[in-house]
Amino acid sequence: MELILALGIGVLTGSGVWLLLRPRTFQVIIGLSLLSYAVNLFIFSTGGLRTGAAPVLEKGMAGDLALHADPVPQALVLTAIVIGFATTALFLVLLLAARGLTGTDHVDGKEQER
Amino acid sequence: MDHLTIAPIVIPLLAGTLMLLIGERRRPLKAAFGMTSALLQLASALLLLLLADGAIGGTDEAAVRVYRLGDWPSLFGIVLVLDRLSALILVLTAVLGLAALTFSLAHWQRAGAHFHPLFQFQLMGLNGAFLTGDLFNLFVFFEVMLAASYGLALHGSGIARVRAGLHYVAINLVASLLFLIGVSMIYGLAGTLNMADLAGRIAGLRTEDRALVEVGAAILGIAFLIKAGMWPLGFWLPTTYAAAGTASAAIISILSKVGIYAVLRLWLLMFGESAGDSAGFGGAWLMIGGLLTIAFGSLAVLATQNMARLAGASVLVSSGTLLAAIGTGQVAVTGGALFYLTSSVLAIAAFFLVIELIERGREVGADVLAVTREAFGDDEDADEEEEMGLAIPGTMAVLGMGFISCALLLAGLPPLSGFLAKFAMLAPLLGSGDGVSATTWALLAALILSGLATVIAMTRTGIDVFWASPAAQVPRVQVSEVVPIVLLLALCLALTIQAGPVMRYMEATAQSLHAPRDYVRSVVPAPRAPERAEKGRP
Repeated sequence: MELILALGIGVLTGSGVWLLLRPRTFQVIIGLSLLSYAVNLFIFSTGGLRTGAAPVLEKGMAGDLALHADPVPQALVLTAIVIGFATTALFLVLLLAARGLTGTDHVDGKEQER
Repeated sequence: MDHLTIAPIVIPLLAGTLMLLIGERRRPLKAAFGMTSALLQLASALLLLLLADGAIGGTDEAAVRVYRLGDWPSLFGIVLVLDRLSALILVLTAVLGLAALTFSLAHWQRAGAHFHPLFQFQLMGLNGAFLTGDLFNLFVFFEVMLAASYGLALHGSGIARVRAGLHYVAINLVASLLFLIGVSMIYGLAGTLNMADLAGRIAGLRTEDRALVEVGAAILGIAFLIKAGMWPLGFWLPTTYAAAGTASAAIISILSKVGIYAVLRLWLLMFGESAGDSAGFGGAWLMIGGLLTIAFGSLAVLATQNMARLAGASVLVSSGTLLAAIGTGQVAVTGGALFYLTSSVLAIAAFFLVIELIERGREVGADVLAVTREAFGDDEDADEEEEMGLAIPGTMAVLGMGFISCALLLAGLPPLSGFLAKFAMLAPLLGSGDGVSATTWALLAALILSGLATVIAMTRTGIDVFWASPAAQVPRVQVSEVVPIVLLLALCLALTIQAGPVMRYMEATAQSLHAPRDYVRSVVPAPRAPERAEKGRP
C-alpha cells in the first residue's frame, strides 16, 4: 500500500508541476488542483498508513497511538481541502476575469512573440 | 483582562462580518465601523504592548501571555501566544491599518465593492498570524490574510491589476502547498504542531529523523521566504505591489514582513541554541539569500522608472536587509533588525501613500481610477468632493517634504530613524571584537551600497517629479489623505527621538527570541508530556 500511495503522490505532483509551468491559465489551474491533491494525500500519509485501526479510540481501551489512527492529520487534511477548494475557486474567477480583460488565456496576458 | 489577547483577532472579525450585512450603498456607515474597529485594534495592541513589556500588570510572568482557545489544556488545543515580538508587530499592523484606512476614505473605498470587509479580514489574518502559537493555525491565518490580500490587490480591477494578481495568486497558492508539505513533515516526525513544544523536541530527535525535519523546515522556510520576497523567490513582488491600489499596497506591504516574522520566530525557536546538532541550521542560507536580495533590490531600485515600482523594489531591499541581519544569528544584530523593521514598515507605507498623491498630479493611473469609479456608478461623487475637498495650500510643499522624509528613511541617512536602524545593525557587527568575517564585510557593504542606490534613485525621481515638470498641475489633495502620511512620518520621527527606550525594548525582544526559554515554559505545562502517546489519553 505504501508503494501505491507513494506512486500516486509522485505522479500527481509530477503532472501538477508540469502543468503549472505551462503557459495557459487553464493548465495552471489544473496543475494547482493536482498538486493540492498530492499534498492532501501527503498530509494524510504523515499519520502513518494502517488498515483496520480504530478511527480515534476503541471502547474500553486506553488511548495509544499504536492502537488507533492518528486523528490530527485527518483534521489537517480536511482544513487543507476546504481552504484549497476556496482558493482554487477564487483563482478560477481571476482566470476568467483575465481572459475577459486581456482577450487571451496566456498567463502573462499577452501571446508570446515568435 | 485575559481575553485581551484575542481582541486583535475578534475585533476585525466582528467588524468585517457586520459590514457584510450592511449594503454596499451605505458606505459612510461601513467606513465608521472600519475606523472604530481600527482604533479599537490600535488601543488593544498598545495595551498588549505594555503588558508584554511588563510595564503594567507587572510580574515577571507578564512577559509571555498564553491564551488557550476554548480553554483546552495547552498541548491539546491551540494557543495564542503574546510576547514582545508579537506585541510590537501587532502595534505596527494597527498603525498601518489605521493609516491606510484613513487614506482610503477619500477615494479608494469607492473604487470597487467590499473594500471595508476585505480590509478588516486582512487585519484579522495579519493579527492572527502574529499571535498564534500553533503551526497549522499559522497556516490558517496565512490563508485568511492571503485571501483578503487577493481581494485587496485586485481592488479597483483593471488589466494591470488582474494580470499581476493572476501571478500573485498562483505563486501564493504554490507557497501555501509548500507550507502544508513542510508542516505535515514536521508533524509526522516530531509529533506536534505547537511551536513551543516543537522547540523542545528538536534536540531529542534521532539522527535520521533530524535530517527529515530539517528538510521539512526548509520547505516551510521557502513558503515564508516567498512571502518575504527573497531572491530568487521575489520577482512577483514589485509588480504586484505597484499594480495594487494605494491603500491596499500600504497594508499589503506588511505582508512581506509576515514572512520575515515567521522566519524570525520559527527559526530561532526550532534551531536556536537548544536544538542540539541542528542549532543554526539554515543561517548561512538566510544570510546569502538576504545579501542577494539586497543586491537584486538595489539594482531594481536603480533600474526602475516608475515610482510605484520603486517602492516595490524598496520592499525587496528592506526584506533582504532583515533576512541577512537575522541570518547573522547575533542577538544585538537582531535587536537592530527589529528597529529597522519598524522604521522601514512605516516608511514604505508612507512612501506608497505619497506616491499616489504625487502621481495624481501627473495623471498616471488616475484615469484607471476614474474608469472604475464610473463602472461602480458613483454619480454623487462630484458634489461630495466639492464639500469635503478641503484642498490644502502648498500641497506640493507638503508632498515634497513627505517624499524627502521617505527618501531619508529608506536610504538610511541621518537624521531620521532609518539611519539609527542601520547603525544599530552595523555597530554590533563591527564591535564584536577581533575576527570580522568576510560575510560581515559583505553585509556591511550591501547595507551601505543599497542605501547609496536608494539615494540615487530617489534623487533622480524627486528632481524629475518636483523640479523638472512644472507643467503638471497641482494635485487635489484632501486633508484625510495627508493626515495618515504625516502620522506615519511623525511616528518615524518619534522613533528617532525616543530611540533609547525603543532600542531597549528591541534588545529585550531579541534576547527573548534568542533564548526562548520563557516562551517555551509558558506554553508547555511544567511536567512536560514526555511521550506522544500522552496526547491520545481521554
